Amino acid sequence: MTRRHVIIGSGIAGLTAAETLRERDPGASVTLVGAEAHPFYSRPGLAYLLAGALPERQLELRTKEELRALALDRLVDEVTALEPEAHRVRLRRRGVLAYDRLLLATGSAAVAPDFPGATLDGVVQLDGLDDARDLLRRARRARTAVVVGGGATAVELAEGLAARGLTVHYLLRGARYWASVLEPAESQLVEEGLAGQGTELHRHERVVGVEDDRGRVRAVHTSSGAVLPCELVAVAIGVRPRVELARAAGLSVERGIAVDAGLRTSAPDVFAAGDVAELRDPESGAGRCDVLWSSAVAQGRAAACAMLGEAEALDLRPRQNVMRLGGVTTTVVGAVGAGDGAAEDPDLVAIARGDSERWRDRPRGQAFHDRGARFRIRAHVGERTVVGAVVMGDARAARALAHLVRAGTDVSALGAGLRADPEHAVAALVALGEADEQKGASRAARA
Amino acid sequence: MDGHAGDIGPGFALARDVPDFALLDPALPLDRLRLLAGACVRTDPLRCVQCGLCNYNCPLGLDVRGHARQGRSILEPRCLACGECVRRCPREALGFGARSARQEAP
Ligand SMILES: Cc1cc2nc3c(=O)[nH]c(=O)nc-3n(C[C@H](O)[C@H](O)[C@H](O)COP(=O)(O)OP(=O)(O)OC[C@H]3O[C@@H](n4cnc5c(N)ncnc54)[C@H](O)[C@@H]3O)c2cc1C
Ligand code: SF4
Ligand code: SF4
Repeated sequence: MTRRHVIIGSGIAGLTAAETLRERDPGASVTLVGAEAHPFYSRPGLAYLLAGALPERQLELRTKEELRALALDRLVDEVTALEPEAHRVRLRRRGVLAYDRLLLATGSAAVAPDFPGATLDGVVQLDGLDDARDLLRRARRARTAVVVGGGATAVELAEGLAARGLTVHYLLRGARYWASVLEPAESQLVEEGLAGQGTELHRHERVVGVEDDRGRVRAVHTSSGAVLPCELVAVAIGVRPRVELARAAGLSVERGIAVDAGLRTSAPDVFAAGDVAELRDPESGAGRCDVLWSSAVAQGRAAACAMLGEAEALDLRPRQNVMRLGGVTTTVVGAVGAGDGAAEDPDLVAIARGDSERWRDRPRGQAFHDRGARFRIRAHVGERTVVGAVVMGDARAARALAHLVRAGTDVSALGAGLRADPEHAVAALVALGEADEQKGASRAARA
Repeated sequence: MDGHAGDIGPGFALARDVPDFALLDPALPLDRLRLLAGACVRTDPLRCVQCGLCNYNCPLGLDVRGHARQGRSILEPRCLACGECVRRCPREALGFGARSARQEAP
């Protein structure tokens, strides 16, 4: 009998799982239920839609032909309950759906703000395409926006609204941007970039209330007593995995749905992948969440293999992300610690999009820096390997160092030299990274 | 896995025995010829978030994003090596690199 595979969620984890199932089992029955009625789209691309850098149709991830070939049973509906014993889910509109294997790929949702006036018309967030459309509509009529929060999304909101011609005030609760990942000099580069684009930064400021104009936003009142007249308040204070279904069904849930390295949840035949999944670290046993596109792809793929009973190990190499922050391309990879020791970022109440909790691991070893007017490079060198790096504004160094971290290349030959000449340590590492990568490339070419 | 990074490796090394492609300016005709001779647009699937900016900005409408998803190089003979996709990519997932057998397999 054909196995019935059911996937909940039409994000990149769900789509990748569906494609993997089809690729490995051409005859399988694959049903994908998603609440969003749009064609599959790139969620990170929403930032560029907002900024006006591309039209909406460019966000579509697959062509009509590709989708036809995938032969998915795609339902636009909301799953309201999971009944693991009965092996079925309940849909808002279509009754029940039985499964043999189920994948929960329900992603994450922005945390709602709780300041007084948070529910007024004009307080917005950026979760999906509907939000982006709504924001664009509002931005056309608005002149001034206040942005609060942290991580990549807050900056993307500030940059996007500024690109749309709005005056943007960005409120930071602490002294600097993204203190839980970046060092002070790195935050500074982002802040300078934002200021250069015309965004006005306010440090040590928080929203204490939003002034109501017949249900609409009229102004923001801040902790220092300032009143900022505005029509929009854009909020990005972190995201939470959408775990409600799993929790109500009695699955083991921490912050995300707890899964093992095979993406299995605590319920038989139920798997989870993407933003919603919380993986256990094989070394420390601690649960870790990623809110990363690349992790969602890798997990969607591995979960599909597990659903088919094929053992394909999940790639657990150091996590990497590349973000554009204040116009500066920023690569974060491996263990980079928590900024200057501040594990908490006052601007975020939960993990940000584009963030991995694995970055917070304390890097063992020594940090080397290289700084210029438009770039910042930080490499953490452990006993034998480069364990983590933050590279801003230098594509070449970013690729080379990311290669060293992810490949786990032995750099101990450089060891004493690095310490003797820390000024040139980063350059030496970059050169080694490029050479090593090329060696790998020619080895593969010969093979 | 992770966009098939296992067999491709993250990023692309710039060959040392050929011109330094990163420093060539595709806007200059001679540089572009040099680029076309030995190089092509290479992609890093781990850095790509499938935003579509490359496709939107390619004057020929080539599917750069599709290549980036699978970590394949743009070996399409029509590619002008104009560098528009490389310049517009917000994630530095694209770059000119030596044509190497490593990325040429689909
Ligand atoms: C503006 C923005 C910028 C980003 N930038 C980056 C970046 O630079 N780098 C990076 O790595 N990541 C970035 N991300 C994060 C990245 O997009 C996510 O990590 C990734 O999309 C997660 O995919 P997913 O499939 O797990 O979940 P999602 O894409 O969130 O998809 C989940 C889907 O499930 C649906 N769903 C949920 N519950 C139900 C239900 N009960 N019934 C039916 N359907 C349901 C939702 O409607 C949604 O469509 C960004 C995200 C945003 C929004
Ligand atoms: S522009 Fe860059 S990140 Fe966006 S789809 Fe193209 S290669 Fe990927
Ligand atoms: S180099 Fe120019 S022609 Fe070639 S793929 Fe990029 S944008 Fe298109």
